[in-house]
Amino acid sequence: MDIKLWINGKLIKDSVEPDTPMLEYLRSKGCYSVKRGCETSNCGLCTVWLEGKPILSCTLPLMRADGKHITTLEGLQSEAEEFGAFLADEGAEQCGFCNSGFIMNVLAMKRELKNPTEEEIKEYLAGNLCRCTGYVGQLRAIKNYLKSVKGEAGNE
Amino acid sequence: MLRCNEYIFAESLGEAYELNSKKSAAIVGGNGWLKLGNRQWGSVIDISRLGLDKITETDESFTIGAMVTLRDIEKHEGLNAYTNGAVKESVRHIVGTQFRNTVTVGGSIFGRFGFSDVLTVFMVMDSFAELYKGGVIPLHEFAKLPYDNDILVNIIVKKTPLKMAYSSFRNQQTDFPVLTFAHAFREDGAFSAIGARPSRAELRRDDESILKDIFSLSYEEAERAVDAYALWISSQYAYESNLRASADYRRHIAEVLARRTVASILDKG
Ligand SMILES: Cc1cc2nc3c(=O)[nH]c(=O)nc-3n(C[C@H](O)[C@H](O)[C@H](O)COP(=O)(O)OP(=O)(O)OC[C@H]3O[C@@H](n4cnc5c(N)ncnc54)[C@H](O)[C@@H]3O)c2cc1C
Ligand code: FES
Ligand code: FES
Repeated sequence: MDIKLWINGKLIKDSVEPDTPMLEYLRSKGCYSVKRGCETSNCGLCTVWLEGKPILSCTLPLMRADGKHITTLEGLQSEAEEFGAFLADEGAEQCGFCNSGFIMNVLAMKRELKNPTEEEIKEYLAGNLCRCTGYVGQLRAIKNYLKSVKGEAGNE
Repeated sequence: MLRCNEYIFAESLGEAYELNSKKSAAIVGGNGWLKLGNRQWGSVIDISRLGLDKITETDESFTIGAMVTLRDIEKHEGLNAYTNGAVKESVRHIVGTQFRNTVTVGGSIFGRFGFSDVLTVFMVMDSFAELYKGGVIPLHEFAKLPYDNDILVNIIVKKTPLKMAYSSFRNQQTDFPVLTFAHAFREDGAFSAIGARPSRAELRRDDESILKDIFSLSYEEAERAVDAYALWISSQYAYESNLRASADYRRHIAEVLARRTVASILDKG
């Protein structure tokens, strides 16, 4: 089946099996940040953006992306690194396996919610499971990151 | 994983219906549920290009297209103003933002899942399922029908004046609910729906008039009426046990949620 889509801004025209999972396809295109944790929509590891909205690439069929833009962590390198430094400062990760999906959703939240409360942050990220950390360090990192981004915006 | 020989973007509802008449065909909404099955489908029919991803609000009603996502209804101001936030409350615990960005109202209602928060919340409203062949039927009646190959096109909610609230109980965040409860005071009576018992939600009306004139009662009288209603309504349903909770536990939770949910409507006046 023919498909045309943009992955991290790059136009791709391809021929795929009709039931190709989005997650596998993205990995086959070199987006190894997209990981499979559960494949049952529960863990959030496979989070990517479709037209700027965070979605689960293990769940939505690839064909739904026909004519659309997908963004993965590879397409947000510098922003991801900036937030990653806040995670490191708080010791907010152990194995790091959950990280790419988690960062994708934090960066989506930053765009969607203005000045989120702690409750709103927790609710937005409830679909990102982390088996190692207990989330407290991550929450500290997010708060510090949002504060710093807001500060930078205020200084402009 | 979704497995199929063909993936077809339907160009009209008529075409989608025609294609879906084969036993080996399935309509795909957000694929949240469909992909959990093991079946190899002949054709999977995608109805995402038919303009069914919109919520249309008029003075009389909301028309919610089958491809509207759970996140869309969670964030829709008109729908949440009308339901006093009950719609948001019903979906905000479902898995996560990313999931709710793609799973659909159509798939949720057509699926008529026992655990469905979505079915429970819409049931107490003056709501209808619009089917391509089956026409427009009250949602609580649609919920009882066996599965067929019709297509759910819209959910229609008439703006009958109401006061409503929703609550659910989960063993842990983002898990399936152990029990779902919705209540609405409408001009034609007081209605509750209880789901995840674990069987699917059903609608009941306060035919004993336990809550009659409750808004004009004193605080103490109203509290007694709510207690009596919670006991009565929770006894109107059958409960069963599964991995998440026993039947007895569910019955107990039903009474507690009924009391809290109805009282929360009174508190808001
Ligand atoms: C891990 C997980 C946790 C969940 N937790 C909850 C929860 O806590 N509460 C809750 O309420 N729900 C929950 N759900 C269900 C979820 O909210 C959706 O209801 C479900 O995924 C179906 O919606 P969908 O758009 O993904 O439909 P799909 O999976 O695409 O379709 C579901 C079924 O409906 C059919 N179908 C879809 N659209 C139409 C249509 N327009 N006309 C006719 N047939 C149609 C499909 O052929 C299929 O049989 C959960 C699901 C998963 C996978
Ligand atoms: S792999 Fe997609 S949610 Fe777990
Ligand atoms: S750091 Fe190991 S799963 Fe999150």
